[in-house]
Amino acid sequence: MKQDKNQIRLFDPALLGKAFLQSVVKLNPRLLIKNPVMFTVGIGTLVMLMVCVYQVVSGDTTQGALWYNMVIFLILLLTVLFGNFAEALAEARGKAQAESLRKTREETPARRIGNAVIDGESLLETVASSALRVGDRFVCEAGDVIPIDGEIEEGIATIDESAITGESAPVIREAGGDKSSVTGGTKVLSDRIVVRVTTAPGQSFLDRMIALVEGASRQKTPNEIALTILLASFTLIFVIVCVTLKPFADYAQTPITIAAFISLFVCLIPTTIGGLLSAIGIAGMDRALRANVIAKSGKAVETAGDVDVLLLDKTGTITIGNRKATNFYPAQPGEEEAFIRYSALGSLADETPEGRSILELAAKEGIQVQAPADTQFVSFTAETRSSGADLPDGTRIRKGAFDSIRAQAIQAGYSIDPAVEERVRHIGTNGGTPLVVAVNNQVKGVIELQDIIKPGIQERFQRLRRMGVKTVMVTGDNPLTAKYIASVAGVDDFIAEAKPEDKMNYIRREQAGGKLVAMMGDGTNDAPALAQADVGVAMNSGTQAAKEAGNMVDLDNDPTKLIEVVEIGKQLLITRGTLTTFSIANDVAKYFAIVPALFISSIPALQALNIMKLGSPESAILAAVIFNAIIIPLLIPLALKGVAYKPIGASALLRRNLFIYGIGGILAPFAGIKLIDICLSLFM
Amino acid sequence: MTGEIMAVIATFLVTLLLAYPLGRYVARVYAGQKTITDFMAPLERLLYRISGIDPLQPMNWKQFLKAMLTINMLWLVYAMLMLIVQGKLPLNPDGNPGQTPDLAFNTAISFLVNCNLQHYSGETGLTYLTQLLVITFLQFVSAATGLAALIAVFNGLKHRTTQNLGNFWMLFVRSVTRILLPLCIIGAVLLAVNGTPSGFEGKDTITTLQGDTVQVSRGPAAGMIAIKHLGTNGGGWFGTNSAHPFENPNYFTGMLELVMQVLIPVAMIFALGFYINRRRLALIIFTVMTVGMLCLVIPNMLAETSGSPAIAQLGIQQPTGAMEGKEVRFGPAASAYWSVVTTIISTGSVNSMHDSSMPVAGLTQLLGMMINAFYGGCGVGLLNYLIYMIIAVFISGLMVGRTPELLGHKVEAREVKIAALVTLLSAFLVKAFTALAAYMVAHHPDMAWAVKPGNWLNNPSYHGFSEMLYEYTSANANNGSGFEGLGDNNPFWNITTGFVLILARFLPIIGPVAIVGLLANKKFIPESPGTLRVDSWTFGMVTFAVIIIINALSFFPALALGPLAEYFSMIK
Repeated sequence: MKQDKNQIRLFDPALLGKAFLQSVVKLNPRLLIKNPVMFTVGIGTLVMLMVCVYQVVSGDTTQGALWYNMVIFLILLLTVLFGNFAEALAEARGKAQAESLRKTREETPARRIGNAVIDGESLLETVASSALRVGDRFVCEAGDVIPIDGEIEEGIATIDESAITGESAPVIREAGGDKSSVTGGTKVLSDRIVVRVTTAPGQSFLDRMIALVEGASRQKTPNEIALTILLASFTLIFVIVCVTLKPFADYAQTPITIAAFISLFVCLIPTTIGGLLSAIGIAGMDRALRANVIAKSGKAVETAGDVDVLLLDKTGTITIGNRKATNFYPAQPGEEEAFIRYSALGSLADETPEGRSILELAAKEGIQVQAPADTQFVSFTAETRSSGADLPDGTRIRKGAFDSIRAQAIQAGYSIDPAVEERVRHIGTNGGTPLVVAVNNQVKGVIELQDIIKPGIQERFQRLRRMGVKTVMVTGDNPLTAKYIASVAGVDDFIAEAKPEDKMNYIRREQAGGKLVAMMGDGTNDAPALAQADVGVAMNSGTQAAKEAGNMVDLDNDPTKLIEVVEIGKQLLITRGTLTTFSIANDVAKYFAIVPALFISSIPALQALNIMKLGSPESAILAAVIFNAIIIPLLIPLALKGVAYKPIGASALLRRNLFIYGIGGILAPFAGIKLIDICLSLFM
Repeated sequence: MTGEIMAVIATFLVTLLLAYPLGRYVARVYAGQKTITDFMAPLERLLYRISGIDPLQPMNWKQFLKAMLTINMLWLVYAMLMLIVQGKLPLNPDGNPGQTPDLAFNTAISFLVNCNLQHYSGETGLTYLTQLLVITFLQFVSAATGLAALIAVFNGLKHRTTQNLGNFWMLFVRSVTRILLPLCIIGAVLLAVNGTPSGFEGKDTITTLQGDTVQVSRGPAAGMIAIKHLGTNGGGWFGTNSAHPFENPNYFTGMLELVMQVLIPVAMIFALGFYINRRRLALIIFTVMTVGMLCLVIPNMLAETSGSPAIAQLGIQQPTGAMEGKEVRFGPAASAYWSVVTTIISTGSVNSMHDSSMPVAGLTQLLGMMINAFYGGCGVGLLNYLIYMIIAVFISGLMVGRTPELLGHKVEAREVKIAALVTLLSAFLVKAFTALAAYMVAHHPDMAWAVKPGNWLNNPSYHGFSEMLYEYTSANANNGSGFEGLGDNNPFWNITTGFVLILARFLPIIGPVAIVGLLANKKFIPESPGTLRVDSWTFGMVTFAVIIIINALSFFPALALGPLAEYFSMIK
């Protein structure tokens, strides 16, 4: 299901149709001026149109053949349309993506809790989801679609979030705590919840994201602005080149037609990147959305590419869920079976994952226990810091952290076996957590709990390190355990025994050193740190406060998603950089095509510069203009998919991209223009 | 010919041998560390006291530029007045008249901006007083201004985050007292020993072998010729500049002057390494610049030493290479090296007639000035290089997927805007004014101006075009050399080049200082493996490519119509 939703074919026929239409609509000068490069091409096209009209009306032939000027006009028009098309296609893809999300936003009836109260019960009134306002409360029962984003106030429910995340396994959401938020469009599978509306209609994350990919509210990112300035200044340089060429040509007594001037100009200005620039930006947002990440702004995605430090929660990101029992170490050799039995009995009522894993491990060892009737289970309390069971025969089993059990044992007059102490220490230094089991206050042995590190996580961290991103593990474990897991998982640093403010302080400290920090969080107590981080990714399952504080929301609740987000950000910049390089490198060949063509009639010696041996001045200019136009659609797939990011270090990456797009950018047009010229020579 | 080429290589190597320790010394001077010139300190203190300056007062980039521009403006007014009234002032043994206002405007600006485009001839256009108190004075202070601006940029790059780019007055004074003055004294003594005049008598009279009487100009020239090269000024005492037998008496002085003009620009690259403690960056910049220089020197030297293809086509051997417009005592190899060095560095002094250079040589001279950053002028060469670096950092930063950074500071829209404007400026000034001149020649040759546009050019066709292009390129690069053969002492050329000069001097100084001022205010970002290191060879290559591409794109059509057309017509 996830696959289906996320794959929209690059050239979906339905999208192409829409994009074609849009590219004509975008000829509107008011829309075109947002892109200075393409706007100047538009002006050139208009001038050519006027030249053609003038020729038709006056029959003047000093400006070259009418058919030739018409062809130039058409190619220039195509150049603008291609640029528009790239943008329109990116938008259409974004829209299609958004549409599938928006389906879930369709008008859903909501059962709002009204003000009227009958028999102590609030009256429910059925309203359209769009009528809900922030602060309203509504009720959802099994089978209902949740009308709008909100926070559960009462109850617990299983919810199918596949419409948003593509993940079919239902999730549990409950009032209070960090899993209280529900998303509009998801479906309640069981139970009944009362939800308080937290976002106004049209203001939810999804709505904002849809607006972003549709391009409606897309603001240029800082890098995009800087690049636009650079491209505009290149365009200005070529304005100067072309305008001054007129008196130069007059001096050299060479007549140059308007068509030739405009062709030279359009070929030189960076139309390739100019035409693709906004498409690249939209496609970046779109890629984020495809990864099920909703970004509040394009800037957030771009910033992700710059991140230096990544704060990751240990549980769920680096390790699978919770700790598991891996070993039983009896205090007395030979008492293994008895020890396992005690351990299992003591864990029977322990509903924590750790407790259950003890039973699982015991079962694996072939030991199944049943609590005798009248067993008193003792649950964990903060004072005793242990839990266990009191059997009817008076046996008191306790398991807990070493220091608490030790205190109880010493109080009861027992001494601690040094072997046990040694074992406890050993487990700790190996990243495990020791649980000590005592029977009637006498230590019987140690259970080792270990974190299970996610398979493949080490490679991901290595990849991050090569990208220059430092990974930091955040955990509530003690420093010893934390250090061990950190070294096994391959993270660069860790924060042990972390309290929420520790995260905050760590972020501040790194930021003070000039680093950009990203973190992921879900709880309300994460909100300040999420807000402080340069890139804060809130989980969709998290609280509304966390979602508001972050600048991205991950619909999959996948803590490793940050890694993907970083790559998407980098890809966005790389695509812009490489296509700019390609576009500007192209000019070398275009100069060699057009400049000899302009002057060859009066300065035959300049034939030597015609290194491509193009057929005639007319075909040379035409070939250059045609190449300039068709390179835009040829590069659309690259712009939309993005240039691959390889974590091979900055210098190596630069060499690689420079080789492909720089050298390639110089050579490709030589081949392309020559080829087009050969084709043209068949007709001209 | 091999011997001549070896001598050129030796000259270059001697320059490097001297530049490296000088770079270390320069870094110590500006860092305020102990140096052998500390005996100048009392003089400096006296200067500060007289002027009421606190040399330790920190300056942010705006205050720095304000101080720099204000004092430059004062010098301009002073110089112009002196030149207009020089005829009535003392120390004028030859009785030369005052300059016309348009010529004075051009001359004053030209020397103020370290360009030294001379639309007059030293023997008749100036008096000893103005040669010393205007020309030589400006040659010192303009070089020192460039150095001070560069050190401000160093200061911005040196510190992680700072407002303070250094005190302009202190940097300026030290540039004169600790660097320019001591070096000039050595240079001047060496020149004087070799026969360059340094007395105050007026014209001498000699009787030639034919029995004619010839008036020979002279004057206190040695000191001025030393600063002219050390300060990359280039304006000569005599009209024919360093081709004149007094200004450049023999092969040794030729080598000396070559060493002197390259010395400080190269030393400043090494100083960058020492001062901001990034020697690898300095080495890479030096390599990029040297490769760039070689790309220009080699074709130039090949063209000049193998002689004119037009003459070769007549079946005439040219064993001495292309000797038209060259001095026999220097020969084509040293002259070719000089013509490149003087154009890549903004000196603009000449020991041969660039107008007579082979087309390829003329092309390399033009390219050297268009790029203006292969070593480049005193201080300003590195500033120009910084602009190219900003653009290279931006493009390559994007290519590695990170917001571009220069030495730990994010390069954003504002910095790119300034760098783009400065780049744009040089394309605009050169091409727009050349176009204006070409337009006048093509359409209004008979305009009733002091000199009719039709009479500006001594050569028709492509070469004439190159003359105009060269003049504005030289003005824009603050170079000052002329292709000559251009009737340039008239209001049109005096005024237009004057404007080009002043814009092309100060905007490219303001730009880099402002960029670094802005960068230094930003948060410092420590390096990580994802950071693109500017002190890597890869980045050096990118910068080189950016330099070539930007200049090729800006100037290719103009070059095609000038030297390239001439060259291809000649080999036909």
